[in-house]
Amino acid sequence: MPNLINAPDRVNDFVLKFANVNGTGSASANSLIMKAVFRMGIPVTGKNYFPSNIQGLPTWYEIRVTRDAYAARAGHVDIMVAMNAETFAKDVREVASGGYLIYDSTWPRSTLLQRPDITVIGVPLAKLVNENFDGVRTRILLKNIAYAGVVAALIDADLEIINALLRESYGKKQKLLDSNSKALRLGYDYAKQHLQCPLPLRLEHMQRTHGHIMIDGNTAAGLGCVYAGATIGAWYPITPSTSLMDAFKGFCERYRVDPDTGERNFAVIQAEDELAAIGMVLGASWNGARAFTSTSGPGISLMNEFIGLAYYAEIPCVVFDVQRVGPSTGMPTRTQQGDIMLCAYASHGDTRHVVLFPANPEECFYMAVQAFDLAERLQTPVFVLSDLDIGMNDWMCRDLQWDDAFQPDRGKVLSAEELARLDKFYRYVDRDDDAIPYRTLPGVHPKGAYFTRGSGHNQYGGYTEDSAEYQLVVDRLKRKFTTAAKYVPKPELLGKGDNKIGLVSVGSCDGAVREAIDVLARQKIYVDYLRIKAFPFAPEVDSFVSSHATIFVVEQNRDAQLRSLLTLETTVDKSRLQSILSYGGYPMSCQPIVDAIRAALAEAPRLTAVPAMSPR
Amino acid sequence: MSFINKPKVSHPSAPTNALGLTRRQYEGSMSTLCAGCGHDSITAAIVEACWELDMRPEQLVKLSGIGCSSKTTNYFVNGAHGFNSVHGRMPSIASGANAANRDLIYVGVSGDGDSLSIGLGQLVHAIRRNVNMLYLIENNGVYGLTKGQFSASADIGTRAKKGEINQMPPIDPVLLALSLGATFVARSFSGDKAQLVPLIQAGIRHQGFALVDVLSPCVTFNDHEGSTKSYTFTREHYHAAVEADFVPPAQEISVEYSQGESIPVRLHDGSHVILRKLAASYDPTDRSAAYSFIESKLKENEYVTGLIHINESANNEFHTVNKSNTVPLNRIPYGKLVPGNAALEKLLARYR
Repeated sequence: MPNLINAPDRVNDFVLKFANVNGTGSASANSLIMKAVFRMGIPVTGKNYFPSNIQGLPTWYEIRVTRDAYAARAGHVDIMVAMNAETFAKDVREVASGGYLIYDSTWPRSTLLQRPDITVIGVPLAKLVNENFDGVRTRILLKNIAYAGVVAALIDADLEIINALLRESYGKKQKLLDSNSKALRLGYDYAKQHLQCPLPLRLEHMQRTHGHIMIDGNTAAGLGCVYAGATIGAWYPITPSTSLMDAFKGFCERYRVDPDTGERNFAVIQAEDELAAIGMVLGASWNGARAFTSTSGPGISLMNEFIGLAYYAEIPCVVFDVQRVGPSTGMPTRTQQGDIMLCAYASHGDTRHVVLFPANPEECFYMAVQAFDLAERLQTPVFVLSDLDIGMNDWMCRDLQWDDAFQPDRGKVLSAEELARLDKFYRYVDRDDDAIPYRTLPGVHPKGAYFTRGSGHNQYGGYTEDSAEYQLVVDRLKRKFTTAAKYVPKPELLGKGDNKIGLVSVGSCDGAVREAIDVLARQKIYVDYLRIKAFPFAPEVDSFVSSHATIFVVEQNRDAQLRSLLTLETTVDKSRLQSILSYGGYPMSCQPIVDAIRAALAEAPRLTAVPAMSPR
Repeated sequence: MSFINKPKVSHPSAPTNALGLTRRQYEGSMSTLCAGCGHDSITAAIVEACWELDMRPEQLVKLSGIGCSSKTTNYFVNGAHGFNSVHGRMPSIASGANAANRDLIYVGVSGDGDSLSIGLGQLVHAIRRNVNMLYLIENNGVYGLTKGQFSASADIGTRAKKGEINQMPPIDPVLLALSLGATFVARSFSGDKAQLVPLIQAGIRHQGFALVDVLSPCVTFNDHEGSTKSYTFTREHYHAAVEADFVPPAQEISVEYSQGESIPVRLHDGSHVILRKLAASYDPTDRSAAYSFIESKLKENEYVTGLIHINESANNEFHTVNKSNTVPLNRIPYGKLVPGNAALEKLLARYR
């Protein structure tokens, strides 16, 4: 046993990573630890790095215990639980100097443990489990719970809380509860008897998770669709968006089924492909239901033709794009923000679309509701641009809340009574001078009938090949996009706004950016931060980029897509926009941001004066 | 400009239906198709069928893709909402629209290019999903708007106007639909209005996906000698196997129908379709028998027409499978859809 005494205490601030083989049931053991930390009142995040595979390949789960409630990936590992022989050497290398490695010492691995700067802790997990349980499958599953027990003892997790979590999971299955509790105890007791517990990296109860939940963005978005009143979801399965529609369906089965008749107030349609999925959404939305699809980049590529139709024929629709690494099939189980330009200008011809950028699961819930209101108010497609990191990882969020007085904005839809009073209805006439026309639904009134088409049409809805008639409609659509900028969520400003350096970012970069701002502030470098929440850009975006001498645009793609969008859609001089990019597929950490800003300041003496000029 | 308003002239003594509407009130805009196009005859048959069914125009939803056939949804029932979507993708629009409002009548008009090439996938899956709609294929074996290329329904050996001979086997929509378990499969000819009108009516009333393949010669690009979809060839090889007649729910079935080879099939809304078999061996309720018969006749270059197959006992219409509320989903009040804050607070316990 190496000497642990000299290591500095790091209470409630360390990273624990589990290296597993996928399909072995490790997820429940890992989330057991994550939830225990949360229930001890300590802020925590859980990130899953998994392969595009069903069974047998390496998978990792990373728990960041973060007393300061940072949401980003830490970028290092303090304690590695190395349970996968295949990745063992790599996992050993990843442990930060001064960190710990826990491995199954049933089989000797002495040749692979060449790290004098870390503490290696061997636990004969397989031996312990094999001596106490029968059956191959049971042993594989319970070995996970046994290492959870070891970890619990080492980091001083509250055993009562873990036992309570087990009771909640297996409450009605006594045999499963008994075997899991026993396996947990095996690991826990072994560690207590043979290892020096706790490690300097350990937990202490806090009071910082009250009023919070641990949830992933896809679940929150699916729930948001239920609260928005969506009745139809049409989709084609694709990682990492599948769990969004699964969540919607699950919540609908809970909340939308008549207990007496079994009749369902929803339809989830698994389409034959993404082309059909978006077609179904358009058909349903056109017919007055709130409908949506969930997909990822490849799906958006396929949906482009219909998105253009929806834009031009002015049909509301909501599209969730849970981004993954592209181009092409790319890395389906890794995260990226590579679809910003794709969604902003999807389809051929002159098209521009409303895009919302949630930064966390909480915003996925609220923006889901907002997306339907915007789509129906503006009669146009609305994209909600999430990503794998937000969508599939466990985030600590404030409790979701609902105002029971909320009424959805169904936009300008003429009722039978209103139609009866009209002399004649024309679909695309701008009656209110806000570039948004009135629409009608089939079956409501004979006067409401019109012909929806993607071919050239005039403001009366008739077919046209006349230049002036065509331009009148597309020019109004351009004005409608200006109207849209007034309705979309405003950007969020952090800082007084008078620093010379500005940071602009979107979506899941938020956690890394906020942490970087704290790190920089400790080094007396002060910056303002504007988080863009929507496209078209609100006027605040333009004024922010115009009023800062140097702007760093932080995003997760290779080609600086947000920066491109800013140069196209604001008045900013593009030479003032510098990019900080992270696109390798793992969630962003604060380090590249800190490094890039420090490097830029070092190269530009003019800017090094900034901290002194804005003392805090 | 090919959007022409038709003058609204109606003879004062023109007959009216039960809603007091004349046939004229079921018409649409002026057709811009070539003079003599078979599609215009199908449009006229749709007008007649809707008028006879006493359909409220706003209860109808007209859907189409892209192509000559798809333009025709603009040429009937101006009082109905129309949706001219993108090429080959009408079935998905229809599926979504139907999911949102199960109470309306959905009529999709497509062509052989729209349905059998670019849109084959969507057609196949709309059949599988058994979406309640009438799906008409105006089938002429040729691409008209792009000037005469073969479509996927062109027969082997048929000659294009410019002389090229088609060598690839055709996709027959009737055999395709039968193999997929479609519950209503018919074929007709644009020149046979007497046969087409009752087929359209029965297809509309059928609770599920009703496919009607209508041979509709293209006068401009596929009406020459050597074509197997010309008027001459079609008339010569036309083989009516089953005559269908449609009897609305209020009307009693007269004695003559119940005699001989007639089979009255009751549709879900109480109306009947009366099938008179012209070939004694043929049973339109037996899917595999229907398949063999059609296939054997195709080998002899014979187009079997009529209501080829009907299955009123299938219980897999989309909303039946989905267990949808009988109230259309687009009409359920928001208050019934939102679980509220109390439910949300309770739910959050799961995430702590």
